[in-house]
Amino acid sequence: MLTLDQATYDAIVAHAKRDHPDEACGIVAGPEGSDRPERMIEMVNAAGSPTFYEFDSTELLALYKEMWARDEEPVIVYHSHTATEAYPSRTDIGLASEPGAHYVLVSTREHGNSEGPVEFRSYRIVDGEVTEEEVRVVPELPQSQSRSAS
Amino acid sequence: MAIEVRIPTILRTYTGGEKAVTGEGATLAALLDDLEGNHPGIKERLVENKGGGVDLRRFVNVYVNDEDVRFIGGLEAELADGDQVVVLPAVAGG
Ligand SMILES: [Zn+2]
Repeated sequence: MLTLDQATYDAIVAHAKRDHPDEACGIVAGPEGSDRPERMIEMVNAAGSPTFYEFDSTELLALYKEMWARDEEPVIVYHSHTATEAYPSRTDIGLASEPGAHYVLVSTREHGNSEGPVEFRSYRIVDGEVTEEEVRVVPELPQSQSRSAS
Repeated sequence: MAIEVRIPTILRTYTGGEKAVTGEGATLAALLDDLEGNHPGIKERLVENKGGGVDLRRFVNVYVNDEDVRFIGGLEAELADGDQVVVLPAVAGG
């Protein structure tokens, strides 16, 4: 199950709507091993395409170096589909390389840039196998264990 | 000649879970051969046969001292003692 806070959910949806009809992409980082999506980072779709997305290679390195420096990992890897359902494409499955991440797919095919509901779904993609999981949106993430213990 | 190589999560099955390993080589190609000797199978995940030769896979990024090797000679990129190599799979899809 993916648990994320309302503000992050809204920000991912807003990014997808804003970039429609091109695919939007980004990650939400969190402390290593915490499974807490705390820090959203919108990435530029270097492919600038309605059917493909790719992080720019230089920005990708900068992103990972920043996460390593902060002991973070990608908790969510998200992108949008703008003409098809929010289900991983064959390319998505073939290129998925973060077995620990939640792969979030948003489909903007129904309302495009306009107001209105979107499909928002989450998957694990491990060794080419896709498993859909429940998405739970909470007002705020629960206190992390390290904080409540102190 | 020791070169530190940062290994992405998906390839740590080849390094016994290690996030970084050290290798040797005067070029990236030589370094990958050296890594292959200690971590069999890893090279095949990084390179592929292309047009009669061997090249980096399209969706694997390798950086030497923060430079994408595609801009500094690809597999022929020269390495020196103390260089830092980072391997990162592309984050991409359709
Ligand atoms: Zn996709």
